[in-house]
Amino acid sequence: MRTPVFVLLEIVAGAALFLILRAVNNDYLFFAGYTVLQFIVLSTAWNILGGYCGYVNFGSAGFFALGVYTSVFLYTVNQNLEELMPESLLPLMQAIFPLPLPVLILLGGIVAGLVGLGTGYLTLRLRGVFFAIATLALAVVLQTFVVNWSFVGGSRGAYVIPPSTVPVLGPYIQYLFLLMLLLVILSVTCARLIERSRLGYGFATIRDDELAAEACGVPTLRLKLIATVLSGALMGMAGAPFPYYIGYVEPGSAFDLSYAVNSIAMPMIGGTTWWAGPMLGAVLLGTLQQIATVTISSAVNLLIVGLLLIGFVIAAPDGIVGLWHTWTSRRSKA
Amino acid sequence: MDVNLLINAVIAGLLLGGFYAAVTAGISISFGMLDIVNIAHPAFILLGSYIAYSLNVGFGIDPIAASILMLPAFYALGAFVYQVYYVSFEKFGQESLRGLAFFFGLLFVTEVILLLIFGVDYRSVNAAYIGSSLSIGPMEFPLRLLVPCVVALAMFAALEVFLSRTFIGRAVMAVSQDPTALRLMAVDPTRIKRIAFAISIATASMAGAILIVIQPVIPSVGRDYIGRIFAICVLGGLGSLPGTLIAALLLGVIESVTSVFYGPSWAPAVSFGILLLTLAVRPSGLLGR
Repeated sequence: MRTPVFVLLEIVAGAALFLILRAVNNDYLFFAGYTVLQFIVLSTAWNILGGYCGYVNFGSAGFFALGVYTSVFLYTVNQNLEELMPESLLPLMQAIFPLPLPVLILLGGIVAGLVGLGTGYLTLRLRGVFFAIATLALAVVLQTFVVNWSFVGGSRGAYVIPPSTVPVLGPYIQYLFLLMLLLVILSVTCARLIERSRLGYGFATIRDDELAAEACGVPTLRLKLIATVLSGALMGMAGAPFPYYIGYVEPGSAFDLSYAVNSIAMPMIGGTTWWAGPMLGAVLLGTLQQIATVTISSAVNLLIVGLLLIGFVIAAPDGIVGLWHTWTSRRSKA
Repeated sequence: MDVNLLINAVIAGLLLGGFYAAVTAGISISFGMLDIVNIAHPAFILLGSYIAYSLNVGFGIDPIAASILMLPAFYALGAFVYQVYYVSFEKFGQESLRGLAFFFGLLFVTEVILLLIFGVDYRSVNAAYIGSSLSIGPMEFPLRLLVPCVVALAMFAALEVFLSRTFIGRAVMAVSQDPTALRLMAVDPTRIKRIAFAISIATASMAGAILIVIQPVIPSVGRDYIGRIFAICVLGGLGSLPGTLIAALLLGVIESVTSVFYGPSWAPAVSFGILLLTLAVRPSGLLGR
């Protein structure tokens, strides 16, 4: 399938989903759906580096929170525009602020991408585990910075009050849902494009045998950096609308380890080598978690995710997609 | 800068460093010597903390004595985890990506289970030495730091003697260098790795007890230690126990001075700074091979 056709199909599917949910007209469905969509973006983003290149990023929560706090920062700047800006710049700034949400998403992506570039540049030249460990520590340190930075609320947290309605669409949550849907389309298209391009083949050589790839002239460091920046930026973009969704952010919730676990577990459970794998995992696991949170408790739903992750990496290393392939090939033989 | 304050910050840092050495010893063995990236180690340490807590509150046993009692249980747990890891990943050479995900899942599951059992309240233990301190001139040695430090150093010395003097200890050192050669000497590398990994988890029992003596714990506190542990391990040079000790003392002092002069909320950033700096400047660490 050609890419324009694929994008068109995605848009049709997205529009259909949105219209169906709108027809049902239940705000909870939008709230729950937003979370699932957010997980699709996160897991697809994680998979660009983790699944295609084989480099594990434990810091998804950190990249996500970078997006969150970029939004919080700009929101706070807007609140205190008169004190922060010199007289001369004030009219200009008042014209620019408040920044529309799509711009915030873009900026969140840029910030997270730059941090990814920096971390990657320092640690990607070494063995893969060092990168993994550095990302884990990165999340802790970013959290430390945010806790100590009173401008964005510090450990007290910050309130971000979204407008209750938007023109044309109506409820604000529908607008957020639509934006997240666009991000899903963007990230999935991105992942699919990579998979079929020179870039994707380069990533695959790194995953399979980095030394051999290097010896064949594959610019491994550059490719790894591209993957890290792309993946980090998408995670940051997923985080940027979060304060407007939740209304109140504190470091503990923005840096929640469950983001890191989910964005690893979802591709692992879905399947890491195909763009649809992370999406499949995110939809299944995300929906399951929504149900478990409502019916049992949120701690138990995290336990389920962890156990599923362990179970799948042990028993079904290629995820659901892998299981499907084994099953169909066995059937065709028989 | 107040000199007295500085001296006491350095002392507290050295004592804290001894504790960090105990926390890192396990990782130094599993990650440094066996190439098993056990990021779930902090979770095992917290498991040790909570077991020591339960025994302390339930039966009034001293937390450190309790941890010594629990050593065989942790050894068995470690052997079991290694067996699962070996059968599922190492045997097929798939340890990198999936092995990491496995340990990450283990970290998360342990944390959530502790959360479900003990809740999010801070838990602490009672022992005679908690609360009092020893003073020599202007220098203060809080016993709640001094006792753990001594225990940690004793454990560290025992490990070092075991690894450098006994047959199995030397085999552990050898398996990290050349498993094939070890096999030619009629030693089963898998068995040696299982023993070594089990020992590394056993150290988590003691490290956990020491942790809960030093500070009250909640299930998520383990995460704060991941950065520290790996920073120390990398800075010390992978697999070098003396290097680990030096690095632990160094990190302890730097962190303690940072938190005294800039505020404790900045302390976690120190370890990451050191980790990045080490990886960028000298990835083989202080006493690396």
